[in-house]
Amino acid sequence: MLKATVIVTLKQEVSDPQGFAVFEALRSLGMRGLQGVRVGKQFEIQLDGLSRAEAEKELHEVSAKLLSNPVIEDYRFEITEA
Amino acid sequence: MTIDETRVTSPLVEEHGLTEQEYEQLKAILGREPTFPELGVFSVMWSEHCSYKNSKPLLRTLPTKGPQVVQGPGENAGVVSIGDGLAIVFKIESHNHPSAVEPYAGAATGVGGILRDIFTMGARPIAMLDSLRFGDPRSARTAYLTGGVVSGIADYGNCVGVPTVAGEVAFNESYEGNPLVNAMCVGLIETKNLTLAQANRPGLLVVYYGNTTGRDGIHGATFASEELTEKTQAKRSAVQVGDPFMGKKILEATLDLIQAGMVVGLQDMGAAGLTCSSCEMAGRGGTGVEIDLDKVPQRAENMSTYELLLSESQERMLAVCPEEKIEEARRILARWDLEAHVLGRTTGDGRMRVSRGGREWVNIPAAKISDESPVYQREARPPAYVNALKRFTVESFPEPKDYRADVLRVLALPTVASKRWVYEQYDHMVQTNTLVRPGSSAAVIRIRGTQKSIALKTDCNGLFCYLDPYEGAKMAVAEAALNVAVSGARPLAITNCLNFGNPMKPEIFWQFSNAVRGMGEACRVLGTPVTGGNVSFYNENIDGAVFPTPVVGMLGLIEPPLRPMRTGWEAAGDAVLLAGPAAATLGGSQYLNGTAKNPIGPCPMMNLDFQRRLIDGILQAIGEGLLHSAQDVSDGGLAIALAECSLASKDSSLGADASLLDAARPDIQLFSEEPSRAVLSAAPEALPRLEAIFRGAEVRLVRIGTVGVAGLRIRDVGQWNAEELRKAYETKPF
Amino acid sequence: MKFGVVVFPGSNCDTDCWNALHGPAGEEAVFLWHKDASVPSDVECVVLPGGFSYGDYLRVGAIARFSPLLRAVVEFANQGRPVIGICNGFQVLCEAHLLPGVLMRNRSLKFICKDVWLKVARHAPPFTDFAADVLKIPIAHGEGNYFIDPDGLKRLRDNDQIVFRYCDARGRVTPEANPNGSVDSITGIVNEAGNVLGMMPHPERCAEEALGNCDGLMILRSIAESGLVRSASFRS
Repeated sequence: MLKATVIVTLKQEVSDPQGFAVFEALRSLGMRGLQGVRVGKQFEIQLDGLSRAEAEKELHEVSAKLLSNPVIEDYRFEITEA
Repeated sequence: MTIDETRVTSPLVEEHGLTEQEYEQLKAILGREPTFPELGVFSVMWSEHCSYKNSKPLLRTLPTKGPQVVQGPGENAGVVSIGDGLAIVFKIESHNHPSAVEPYAGAATGVGGILRDIFTMGARPIAMLDSLRFGDPRSARTAYLTGGVVSGIADYGNCVGVPTVAGEVAFNESYEGNPLVNAMCVGLIETKNLTLAQANRPGLLVVYYGNTTGRDGIHGATFASEELTEKTQAKRSAVQVGDPFMGKKILEATLDLIQAGMVVGLQDMGAAGLTCSSCEMAGRGGTGVEIDLDKVPQRAENMSTYELLLSESQERMLAVCPEEKIEEARRILARWDLEAHVLGRTTGDGRMRVSRGGREWVNIPAAKISDESPVYQREARPPAYVNALKRFTVESFPEPKDYRADVLRVLALPTVASKRWVYEQYDHMVQTNTLVRPGSSAAVIRIRGTQKSIALKTDCNGLFCYLDPYEGAKMAVAEAALNVAVSGARPLAITNCLNFGNPMKPEIFWQFSNAVRGMGEACRVLGTPVTGGNVSFYNENIDGAVFPTPVVGMLGLIEPPLRPMRTGWEAAGDAVLLAGPAAATLGGSQYLNGTAKNPIGPCPMMNLDFQRRLIDGILQAIGEGLLHSAQDVSDGGLAIALAECSLASKDSSLGADASLLDAARPDIQLFSEEPSRAVLSAAPEALPRLEAIFRGAEVRLVRIGTVGVAGLRIRDVGQWNAEELRKAYETKPF
Repeated sequence: MKFGVVVFPGSNCDTDCWNALHGPAGEEAVFLWHKDASVPSDVECVVLPGGFSYGDYLRVGAIARFSPLLRAVVEFANQGRPVIGICNGFQVLCEAHLLPGVLMRNRSLKFICKDVWLKVARHAPPFTDFAADVLKIPIAHGEGNYFIDPDGLKRLRDNDQIVFRYCDARGRVTPEANPNGSVDSITGIVNEAGNVLGMMPHPERCAEEALGNCDGLMILRSIAESGLVRSASFRS
């Protein structure tokens, strides 16, 4: 069994109002050293019967096609043995 | 040993909120000790939320009958006929405690729950209203709770495509940490499709569909019947999460099932889950029920029998369906990607039996649990504060120096000011039937294919109810009736949501009993029976109870010659009229009290007979086509009503030039919240006939001004341009 | 003209569109179910209505894009036939790459339901073949903040693909009149061929006198009349 964690975030150049709202909230809490916040989504996907390379291929495909919208979002993922 | 085999001990009984005496009664009904799952079932069925054990004797005094009433209290919602074979199904319900601990999910599931109550009866939901109370807007907690509640309501209602068209938002320190979130849903049904939550014969299949069952919300119903303390804060896991998309799918699927005649009875698994729904359906229908919990689709692993019975996972439905129709029902559900799970059957032995893993865990008499639930007549004692209230007198309150500034100040008070910042977050236009949008006295929704519309409004002034629960509750009904009347509708019926503190405290029970008495009286005189509703006790925080807040949800019918009326001025040169008595007090007013917790009284008195004549006069005038606009005088007083009419005029290009004609000091005339008053506008030619109508109704009608250029002028007091009125009125509290 | 109104699970303006087309516009309309694999041959215009298709739980419009019917709608559009996406429909069209750009969360992070003014930036069949320059049409969305990169914006401008922009009552496109932060105040665009329109405002909500506003009817009529012209030209 493999477990893939796909993280989708807005591209750097796209404004992230949700991230900004969290930033403001953290600032009002007095968080030290605060520089910036980006909000994203995390998908945990269980896979079975695939090699790591095959899993990567599948994940690239669905990440670009469904999980993210390449117009505004980037994705990255990591795969671990479950 | 599994958790289900836990032996029932007296600390465990206490933890379930049952008294020693209730436990004895339980054993007498069973003729033996209960199993652990049975204890869970009883604790839920006998919680205030499900059994109304502390309120039943008083609720029975409310009028519930009338020629228009198709279904009164006791079902999922009330049903009122509007003619043409059509009926309105409506109900209001609280979700106060869940919203206090998790405002977004609490409010969203409140909306989801009340929606299910309506479509479960076969009605398509056509409108939502929300009556909200929060603490002082200057506190950070209030800002957090308000933001969460409003977006929770918005996200659920907007997604399912039911317009949120009216409601109230009021702020007072007394609601600090214990907000009131009362959601009302209104549905339309062809009377012949009315479906009840009853399983009326043995041998029917008990069918579950919708979301899977998880551990969420276990003991929500008992939780709603406890005071909020630090300990309940730790029960955060008791809050369920809503899934509006599933809500929308089960809405459509349920209406399809009913339309196709697939179901005999239907109940949603809301508070108290599978327990309440199956037991109540059998109890009401005079049958029994036998279910196998192994058939319940489960989201979490290793759930105990106890947990499966008590889970409050949202968006789950329970239908009883004749066996020969199950395949067709499956197909209808599959169209919406839903699966039917047959859990068991109705039986003829009157018992609710639950098995799991081949073993029977629950075997109790279904009807008896509801019928023989404990009922308490609690002690009532007038609270000390009622005799110690500060009272307004002209002598003790010097005349203010700057009326011009005062009008702007009152316009901007959080309870008085525009709620645009709230209702623009709600889709109030979807379904394209909203003839009068939020921001007016009441919302008006047309009934397609007929000449009719309905007017809807929720109302309650907590300040008044604190000062005098009896007068305040009368006023809530009377004010809501006037709200729909100035919108062109004849008041038809109400639903109520009674929000109070801990009923074990005699002072709270005194508030409750007086409020119920006042509400009953008002409903009798105004001809608006109570068709259902909800009681929410234990609305207390560390500092004490919230203001007694018996919220009224009013339904009115507009049919020719009546027509929808709006608040805003229509034409320059029209006469501005004030119908109703001269103002005598500033007691209970926003002007004096704002959001302060110890209000200055006295509460104005409500003359119900006068109110009825005022409403009749206004409806007569609307029916004869004599009025151009109508608006009741309420929060903030006459000055605020006049400003609202100006701001609501077409493109706010019209305003009023008015005078104060009574003898009382100007602050009383401007800001008094004396009830039974309305601001009307009409062409000057209509005046003689209008005067005759109101003379006949024995209601004072005085011309106080003329519609003219934008803004507002009140002679000898001040003048305001439209921009400054708007700026003050659109003040957001956060 | 015969319109086909798409119904996804979670669509909630499907009936409103059907009502507006059927009643005030006086046209024929049928519902198209998301699981169907084709658009009936007699449907002349496809409408993707507002709502929350599949709950919009991943990203607005993202899941609807993969429904069987949407593949057929893409084919329908590629044949040059008119497709209009309103609100969630616009979001679906962007996800399906029938239109460029994407709809993001409103700048305020809040849902907004109110009347807005639209500057008509393109007057052309089939959608905006009328003289009116400024329309009042309500919006109701949480994710209507149109985003496109500068190159894409340039292409939209160069090809005259921008149809509606938020403006004030006098038709001035100002930052204050932009309710959600959309790039260049854009709230309606067509594809390069001009036969696919996406717009955030809801014309079906203002198509009859009883609701106090008929501006939306102009758009529905424009489509219907362009259909008449086209079928006449097919016949000749």
